[in-house]
Amino acid sequence: MKKLKNAILFTALVMLTACSNSGNPFGGNSNDTFFGNDLGDISNPTSPAYFQQAIGDRVFFAIDQSNLSPEAMDLLSSQATWLMTNGDYEIIVEGHADEQGTRDYNVALGARRANSVKEYLNSLGIAASRIQTVSYGKERPIEICSNESCYSVNRRAVTVLNNLGS
Amino acid sequence: MFRLVFAAFIILNCGALFAAPLRIEITQGVIEPMPFAVPVFIAETPNAVEVARNLTNVVRNDLTGTGLFREIPTSAHVGKITGFSSPVQFSDWQVINADALITGSVSVNNGGKVTVMFRVYDVFSQQELGSGLKFSGNANSWRRIAHKVADEVYSRITGETGYFDSRIVFVSETGGKAQRRKRLALMDYDGANVKYLTDSNSIVMAPRFSPKGDKVLYTSYASGFPQVQILNVGNVRSRPLINQAGTMTFAPRFSPNGNSVLYSLENGGNVDIYRMQLSNGTVKRLTRSPAIETAPSFSPDGKQIVFESDRSGSQQLYIMSANGGEARRISFGSGRYGTPVWSPRGDMIAFTKQSKGRFHIGVMRLDGSEERLLTASFLDEGPTWSPNGRVIVFSRSTQGRNGTSSLYSVDISGRNLKPLITPEGASDPSWSPLAR
Repeated sequence: MKKLKNAILFTALVMLTACSNSGNPFGGNSNDTFFGNDLGDISNPTSPAYFQQAIGDRVFFAIDQSNLSPEAMDLLSSQATWLMTNGDYEIIVEGHADEQGTRDYNVALGARRANSVKEYLNSLGIAASRIQTVSYGKERPIEICSNESCYSVNRRAVTVLNNLGS
Repeated sequence: MFRLVFAAFIILNCGALFAAPLRIEITQGVIEPMPFAVPVFIAETPNAVEVARNLTNVVRNDLTGTGLFREIPTSAHVGKITGFSSPVQFSDWQVINADALITGSVSVNNGGKVTVMFRVYDVFSQQELGSGLKFSGNANSWRRIAHKVADEVYSRITGETGYFDSRIVFVSETGGKAQRRKRLALMDYDGANVKYLTDSNSIVMAPRFSPKGDKVLYTSYASGFPQVQILNVGNVRSRPLINQAGTMTFAPRFSPNGNSVLYSLENGGNVDIYRMQLSNGTVKRLTRSPAIETAPSFSPDGKQIVFESDRSGSQQLYIMSANGGEARRISFGSGRYGTPVWSPRGDMIAFTKQSKGRFHIGVMRLDGSEERLLTASFLDEGPTWSPNGRVIVFSRSTQGRNGTSSLYSVDISGRNLKPLITPEGASDPSWSPLAR
């Protein structure tokens, strides 16, 4: 995920841009991670596009778990480094669950996952005041099949940037 | 909204009060439904013909929908009711093997007011069961009148309160799984008169009726965070229960007297149960474990709360005092248990069970004994009790890319499983109390 070729990145950026009119992530109708601000140029390491695609904006979890895997910790370290050098951004971490589970429980589980990310970023020096968490439970899957190949992608916590300057 | 006049108008046969062999014992789990006949109610005025036909059909559907009764179709009737007050030729109804006969009349006055009278007969003992009754209401209330008639018939034959004059609030769903749009909706218990209570601009979930049916608690993402809202059904206006930006609150439920609300609040990744006094906003925290505590539901006397917690390592059901403190675990079977709901009778807990990749709606006693699974599917969840505690409505989701969600009802015996037809996809039902 970290080292994608530029061409793929460009395609991804076009796709993201196409989705970027879906509204403010802090608003009521969040379509997951996409927000109205200009994502910027993927080749610019200070751009949100770079954060989302080159670093990676999300980590994944095991079934019914909220602890971070070594891969997740690696990715979050890169996120923390980026956030250190790009102090204009606050973040909101969105926790999600797969469809296996009751609605209330999955909201709670998503909150746990988002908080795991918040605590880890905080331990790496990102002020807790810059980090909000929200859980969408099982309400916003990315993949919609009903087997592990989709579930594993849906059990996620996504770091969404909010530029204070914009 | 409606004004129903309720009056016993005549006692024809006092003996009928003491001799009532026509009886369904619901607890025995009815396998052979009781055959009944309901000739179309007599239209006493020319403008009542259509209302009489429609109203009779609602009464028939209410009764057959329970699975306890079987309608003998009009085409099989040999007798005819010519006047509401005319003597009944019982032999005409005995010959078609009707156990119960329901007759009625409908009149509509110039102001549009609908008046319905009806009687219930035990065909074999040739006696009236109870006495005739009269209901009246405005022109729009004919469905409610029909439900009240059916409730009365149900009650006379089963000895239990009915549940037809009631409503269900739920989440109406459109769109694919990844872009699902949700809005709150309200309908009669049988799916009629669907009304939408919110738009679908933000996710809404898990509405819950107040004990009087005049308010609905639900969770909305309108603020960007899950937040408990309280909605006035009369003017369809909502306000947040708690105005604290950036917090997550969900899984609300009214107390039986409607004066307080239970909900879950997230803090630092941990979810606990709180209770708010609605009169003054006082909040009391009821659980203090680092585990997930959510989905609380009061006992009907308001003294205890059943909830789910994963403090043991997996989702299980617990009962504690309404003031919090020590909780005792009641679910011990294999699998995970969630969404407990205390029955209106107070003697059972309905729940969602997850086991071996399947979901079930089930019921158990307060000590966890006599666990009975009523359903099984890819995903069943969120039971709600009928006002009389005999039927459960829940949501069922189908799997895969085109998976959708819809409402089903099932008797607590596990019989009579059937879909509740809604205009769109549907989830998270909450059944109102019986209307007054």
